[in-house]
Amino acid sequence: MIPASFDYKVAESAEHAVALLTEHGDEAKLLAGGHSLIPMMRFRLATPTVLVDVGRLDDLRYINADNGTISIGALTRHSELEHSELLAQSCPMMASVAALVGDPAVRHRGTLGGTLAHSDPASDLPAAVLALGGTIVARGPGGDREIAATDFFTGYFESALADDEMIVEVRVPAGGAGWNYQKFNRRAQDWAIVGVAVANAGAGVSLVNMGSTPLRASAVEAAVASGASAADAAAVAAEGLQPPSDLNADADYRRHLARVFTQRALNAAGVA
Amino acid sequence: MTMTDDPATHMDSASHMGRPRLRREDPELLTGEAQFIDDMSLHGEVWVGIVRSTEAHATILGVDGSAALEIDGVTEVLSGADLAPLWGEGALPCAWPVTDDMRNPAHLPVATSVAKYVGDAVAVVLADSRYAAADGAAAVSVDYDPLPAVVDVEAAVADGAPLVHEDLGTNESYTWPLIPNPEAVEEAFSNAAHVVSERYVQQRLIPAPMEPRGVIAAPGVASGELTLYSATQIPHILKVMTAVTLGIPEHKIRVVAPSVGGGFGCKLNVYAEEILCSALAMDRGVPVRWTESRSEAATATIQGRGQVQHIELAADDTGRVQAVRVKLLADMGAYLQLVTPGVPLLGGFLYHGCYDIAHYSFECTSVFTNKTPTDAYRGAGRPEATYAIERAMDSLAVAVGVTPEEIRSRNFIAADAFPYESCAGLIFDSGDYQAVLDKAVEMAGLEGVRATQAQRRADGSSRQIGIGFSSYVEMCGLAPSRVLASLNYGAGGWEAATVRVLPTAKVQVITGSTPHGQGHETSWSMIVADKLGIDPDDVEVLHSDTAISPTGLDTYGSRSLSVGGTAVFMATDKVLDKARLIAAHQLEANEDDLEYVDGAFQVKGTPTAAAPFAAIAFAAFTAHDLPDGMEPNLEAHVTYDPPNFTFPNGTHIAVVEVDTDTGDVGIVDYVAVDDCGNQVNPMIVEGQVHGGVLQGAAQALYEDAVYTEDGQIVTVNLGDYLVPSAAEAPVYRVASHVTPSPTNPMGVKGIGEAGTIAATPAVINAVVDALRPMGVTDMAMPASPQTVWRAINEAQGGAS
Repeated sequence: MIPASFDYKVAESAEHAVALLTEHGDEAKLLAGGHSLIPMMRFRLATPTVLVDVGRLDDLRYINADNGTISIGALTRHSELEHSELLAQSCPMMASVAALVGDPAVRHRGTLGGTLAHSDPASDLPAAVLALGGTIVARGPGGDREIAATDFFTGYFESALADDEMIVEVRVPAGGAGWNYQKFNRRAQDWAIVGVAVANAGAGVSLVNMGSTPLRASAVEAAVASGASAADAAAVAAEGLQPPSDLNADADYRRHLARVFTQRALNAAGVA
Repeated sequence: MTMTDDPATHMDSASHMGRPRLRREDPELLTGEAQFIDDMSLHGEVWVGIVRSTEAHATILGVDGSAALEIDGVTEVLSGADLAPLWGEGALPCAWPVTDDMRNPAHLPVATSVAKYVGDAVAVVLADSRYAAADGAAAVSVDYDPLPAVVDVEAAVADGAPLVHEDLGTNESYTWPLIPNPEAVEEAFSNAAHVVSERYVQQRLIPAPMEPRGVIAAPGVASGELTLYSATQIPHILKVMTAVTLGIPEHKIRVVAPSVGGGFGCKLNVYAEEILCSALAMDRGVPVRWTESRSEAATATIQGRGQVQHIELAADDTGRVQAVRVKLLADMGAYLQLVTPGVPLLGGFLYHGCYDIAHYSFECTSVFTNKTPTDAYRGAGRPEATYAIERAMDSLAVAVGVTPEEIRSRNFIAADAFPYESCAGLIFDSGDYQAVLDKAVEMAGLEGVRATQAQRRADGSSRQIGIGFSSYVEMCGLAPSRVLASLNYGAGGWEAATVRVLPTAKVQVITGSTPHGQGHETSWSMIVADKLGIDPDDVEVLHSDTAISPTGLDTYGSRSLSVGGTAVFMATDKVLDKARLIAAHQLEANEDDLEYVDGAFQVKGTPTAAAPFAAIAFAAFTAHDLPDGMEPNLEAHVTYDPPNFTFPNGTHIAVVEVDTDTGDVGIVDYVAVDDCGNQVNPMIVEGQVHGGVLQGAAQALYEDAVYTEDGQIVTVNLGDYLVPSAAEAPVYRVASHVTPSPTNPMGVKGIGEAGTIAATPAVINAVVDALRPMGVTDMAMPASPQTVWRAINEAQGGAS
């Protein structure tokens, strides 16, 4: 529970952060809310030698709407998503999912960019961004690039971000009507044992903690698109997936839960 | 809060006792002003980092500290062998050798040759900071030669099982029977119309108090004194045991427990780190300290429960139980800690529950395994006993074809049977179990809940309702010293108190009962204030430092109020007795003609002639005009040894909703009706019930210290070990039924463990009740969604 020693740098801008990342390479980690990284350091599962603190980059804390796109600054806290009137009107799913992340302390520290960059398959907000068909804007030494959420999550706690890139913005299409998020866990503050996000009446469906990354449930989406009932679409929710086994759920039980909660989410999103 | 019975009405002329009062302890705790061990620092202190075994059972071939010594701030790396001279023959104490032939292996603070469980200390790093100590401990390389580990308690007693302690030749520590009349038990079973026979597993629990443990040992180099600061429940016992273990003269040791952030029994112990830090401090002449991390606490601090229970009931055709027969396998872990062997015995008298059962057979075999030692954890033996009898009574109800409340009513000890001598040989003090159950049934709105349950069943709903009863009685107020002697316990069960009136009529209370969250300061001040007719805020309560409170036996077993509080009550009476003599002298009256009203003595019927308490206090201080031969000052000391245990009881009803699609269990209603006798502060009583119920529900639904087959523990942090939070807590509906205990002058019983004792079977009985129509008749703990879902599948004959 005591982290290994590390150096600590405060980034004064996103560009400064990128420069520090460039300087220190894969020895460095960005520190935003710290609610995933610090516990990993305390267990010595992560031992970065340099922490680059981007938590003070308040210019990356914003939620804007423009031409049907919601742009959210990477350092926007979960609690800010949760209580955003703009989101409540224009993309209520993001606000609603943010309200289910961890506990109030986590939501007041954790950031949207941080949770995406961390790429934990059990996290809630990556699933929402996936289901909504969002885009991640990454800044590197060569400037900004856009990465579709569907291309972003590349492996277990791995993303398409290069060592010298940081997320600066997340964009999701406004709307998403016909949405629902089902999160199954044993304690309110825990990660989902299984979660299901449905957006746009089943056009976008994603799964939490059902594989090594946040997942699009493409079989479910295809079934819904072809006019299948919620029950029939949910029946294929776990098709082809290799969910993890842990103390809360083995793989078979997870597959069962994915089917149960996909049906519930589809029903709640208006798919009969 | 639902108090359907005002406890204040049971207190004579009380102005504070029996009425809710905010805890005076809380402002310090809530503002961070309270000082815990880790808030302290001493000049020149050295930090200890402990290298813990990663093997469940292994020969230690070597300890290599060279890499650790390279780390800045690390000053020494010491193996168990290096440290052995510091304690010589002194092993960690077990104070409860329950049988004369109990096997108790020598338990050194740091293992020298064989590591016996994951977490066993095998080497020590000294460093100038906690960080360097942690880095150093991580860098020490230990060469292990693994040995076969025995992890499961039933496997440990099988033929050919690996031995935890090779030299003992067996994994059994002791067998303790309590069978007053074996023939009668056999006869009851052969004549029984109904026999219930069940096997239950009490999983191991990690106590997980908010504050893990911590120790600072500070030597007086010139004086030869040792000041031991520890996050402990038992500074007094720790002082004696440290003296005995290390050979330090007892009068040279002072033990201080600063603010202690909960214990639940796990700080009722004498731990390796306390002895280690003390020995190193005395040897090196510098303060030596250690703070436990949360992960470390999973294996370095004792665990609770860990039993396999076989219980059988023999009942006649009406469901009246004639005999109960219990065989217990209790998991001691690798070593016997302070009271490890006694924990099953504390339940061993109570497997007949609150029922009038004639014949009793209890036998406990306690077994070593390659796991962290078990010891007292909130309830300590009594939750296990209550679980077994309350689960079995539900099975009996099914067999007889009556409701759970009816089977209980048919078997309750009758209200007019008290004092009641139980088949296990205890004398139960008071109670009205039927009245308590009736009140709980009424509060739960049982008829309505049953109607909803029936409707859901008829509809084939995926949200099934279950109703779970738990009627309990426990023995607490540990304990009459002579009874403890008969159980081979190594100490008495008395408690000490001093009440000292200061010249300005403020009062100091010195208690040997050592709080770690219970609110003693508030409650003790209420007791004294009521008796003296003063404001509770004028009463200071001092504790937890053997230099201030040299005599005491500390806090555990729901003993504080009924033993420690009684000592305070009696010491206050002694103060009043002396004050009365002074008043009689001042008023030139006969002491028998005086009465004490509103903080002043007056001649009966003559309120104008009065001697106020403040005047008496000052007169006692100046000693200018005291009765001939009277010593100055107003102060009294009492050591109270209770004549009997107290027997709190109650009925709890849990209503759960089970999502049969997922196995998820939610507690939708929880009613607790408890009889803890008279109440000093009903707000504290209710808080104890709330916390206790959640802790008991946690065993039922959430918590489990999970070990792999080779003895690796999996649940070493609070992400994997599921302590429920406020969000998981049910909405408690709490009420009291008061039958004052005749055992002590306040008529109090104790409430610290009641909720934990009652809640576990209430919740599991509810889960089983919900699923019984689906064919489910038992439920393993914790009843996690996955466990419940599989139980449903198996009962339905489907794939598991």
